[in-house]
Amino acid sequence: MSPVKPPLLDVRDLTMRFGGVTAIDGLSFTARGREITSIIGPNGAGKTTLFNCLTGFYLPTSGAVTLNHPERGALRLDGMPSHALARSARVLRTFQNIRLFPGMTVLENLVVAQHNELQRASACSIAGLLGLTRYTRAEDRAIHQAHALLRRFDLGHVADVPAGALAYGVQRRVEIARAMAAGPRLLCLDEPAAGLNPRESASLNDLLLSLISEEGIAVLLVEHDMSVVMKVSQHVVVLNYGRKIAEGTPDQVQNDPHVISAYLGEPVEPVEEPLAEEPSAEEPSAEEAAL
Amino acid sequence: MPATTARGAALQGRLFDAGVAALLTGFLGIPFVGLTTVDVGGRLAVQTRWDWLIVLVAIAFGGRLAFRLLFERRECSGLRPAGPHASVSSSGLRWARHAGAWAVVVAVVLPIAFHDNRYIVDTATTILIYVMLGWGLNVVVGLAGLLDLGYVAFYAVGAYSYALLATQFGFSFWICLPVAGLFAATFGVVLGYPTLRLRGDYLAIVTLGFGEIIRLILLNWTELTNGPNGIGSIPRPTLLGHAFAPPGDMITVAGALGIEYAPWHRTVFLYLLILALALLTNLFVLRMRKLPIGRAWEAMREDEIACRALGINVTRVKLAAFALGAMLGGFAGVFFAARQGFISPESFTFSESAVILAIVVLGGSGSQFGVVLATCILVLLPELGRQFSEYRMLLFGAAMVAIMVWKPGGLLSRREPTLTAARSDTSASSVAARRTA
Repeated sequence: MSPVKPPLLDVRDLTMRFGGVTAIDGLSFTARGREITSIIGPNGAGKTTLFNCLTGFYLPTSGAVTLNHPERGALRLDGMPSHALARSARVLRTFQNIRLFPGMTVLENLVVAQHNELQRASACSIAGLLGLTRYTRAEDRAIHQAHALLRRFDLGHVADVPAGALAYGVQRRVEIARAMAAGPRLLCLDEPAAGLNPRESASLNDLLLSLISEEGIAVLLVEHDMSVVMKVSQHVVVLNYGRKIAEGTPDQVQNDPHVISAYLGEPVEPVEEPLAEEPSAEEPSAEEAAL
Repeated sequence: MPATTARGAALQGRLFDAGVAALLTGFLGIPFVGLTTVDVGGRLAVQTRWDWLIVLVAIAFGGRLAFRLLFERRECSGLRPAGPHASVSSSGLRWARHAGAWAVVVAVVLPIAFHDNRYIVDTATTILIYVMLGWGLNVVVGLAGLLDLGYVAFYAVGAYSYALLATQFGFSFWICLPVAGLFAATFGVVLGYPTLRLRGDYLAIVTLGFGEIIRLILLNWTELTNGPNGIGSIPRPTLLGHAFAPPGDMITVAGALGIEYAPWHRTVFLYLLILALALLTNLFVLRMRKLPIGRAWEAMREDEIACRALGINVTRVKLAAFALGAMLGGFAGVFFAARQGFISPESFTFSESAVILAIVVLGGSGSQFGVVLATCILVLLPELGRQFSEYRMLLFGAAMVAIMVWKPGGLLSRREPTLTAARSDTSASSVAARRTA
């Protein structure tokens, strides 16, 4: 929380163009460790594109993304392929439209997430084929960790159920648990509260807060549900048309005239406590109207 | 008192179960074992062998009973998995395991019962070649989800590798087997590399082309492959360096064993050889499936993008699937060349690829036992339909359509999880207990 600490993630002048469309335009921001940084903005503001740039799915047109790794120093993330990025920089992500392995059980989903450690222990599958203790120990450890995560995410009872057979809200939790199983340093969540009912999104809040306080990871959150964003994040970055229009604490952002105009599509009028306490009902509908 | 009655009921259940197995064996055994044809003065006559059948039924009864007793004792010592999902999966698993065990027993007993019936042993050998090919392709199609229409190319590479190495350089079967497997695996990587970015239909088209390229090379590179005339007099596999041949100047297997030579020695040996190869393939694939690479194959089939997001190097995982699948196909090819003694590009046409793919799809992608069932259907149907002469392919097609209508996911489309919570939890806690102790 102390501002002296160097930021975990440093995004500098990031630009992403698709042909003539500039999805992200000279964006700079930072995200600190043990904090939740939210990225908000109306539909089409470039939030998911930003996530794809940060996690190696897109190659940014220009700009730099740096992760300050405690052991390995500053790592340049732009230009790193997505799997290498997840493996060495430990930037893990979830997807807006859930991407689980639907035919595999929840437990298997969490064990697959630990592929790299297990693959190393299995020594090109040879130690695994021979059933050497070096591999069986690693597998036991992986399963143990998966069970611990399942208990923590309250998923123990569905461990043997194919992930695709679960209810939507549960699948969201499984996806976050699976990303956690891969041991993230920075966890990028793309709309984790989408499609959740108020009770589920309240429990998501608690979960996210406990993740950063207990696991010491940083979370980057793209979210439309303001009840989640405003309650859990320490830092909010607001995008519109690929540009950063505001940045600060949730309170600062809520009262920023640029943000209000971006969401409501109106010139700045005298502010009459616009998005104070329960903005969740108005917020998504307002931005949909803005489109 | 209640304990003894429960035990009595359990014993009764086991006896009943063994009785059902014996009855089934008897029923199936009537045409297979009970009746046989003999040559009587140039004409075929049907003879009965009821004594054999009775022995077989007795073996089935006793074996089943012993199996149940052994199996249940082991079950009781472990914790039963809890929850409805777990119990469903374990009962499905037990069924498949039993059926698999029975299939192995039948496969082992078959050459003993029919050693003098060359047609049956040969057909069974053909079935096993296709089973092995199916299991190999299952790695690529069933587990990794990569649609491969040119699998026969690897089969051809294996067969020609053996044929050329054996006829030109005189290498023995046992040396050529791993070499040809490695060769085929290399071709698998060569095919896999340019197709890494392709999926579904596009991948199918490229692999189809690859299969045709290999066949056309074999057909046209006359200096190396002898073109359409093929390669003949390929040496047969030997046992510990001894050939299966009539007594001559070399020491033969029959000579070494001090028994009288009979032509069936070699056919049965070939059968047992492919059986061993196929079973090894099966064990290998089943084991691989439960290793990280196997789970990564299945995960890649389910969602490639999610795999990348979790740090899995999809390129390597794909190439491993292509290489391993190709290697297994290559092994089958070596055996094929050694068994036939003659190969030509005619044996490696697209229709072979189609049949192997049909076996995997019909069996239920990813199911090992399903492949066996599907092979039996696909190989035996045309054989049984010989009396319908030209209509037999029609029959074959109708059967395929019928299966796809009633079982669109394949004969056995249930996926067994590679690990379950109950089992892994107890094993993990037992490990923890061992560590603390």
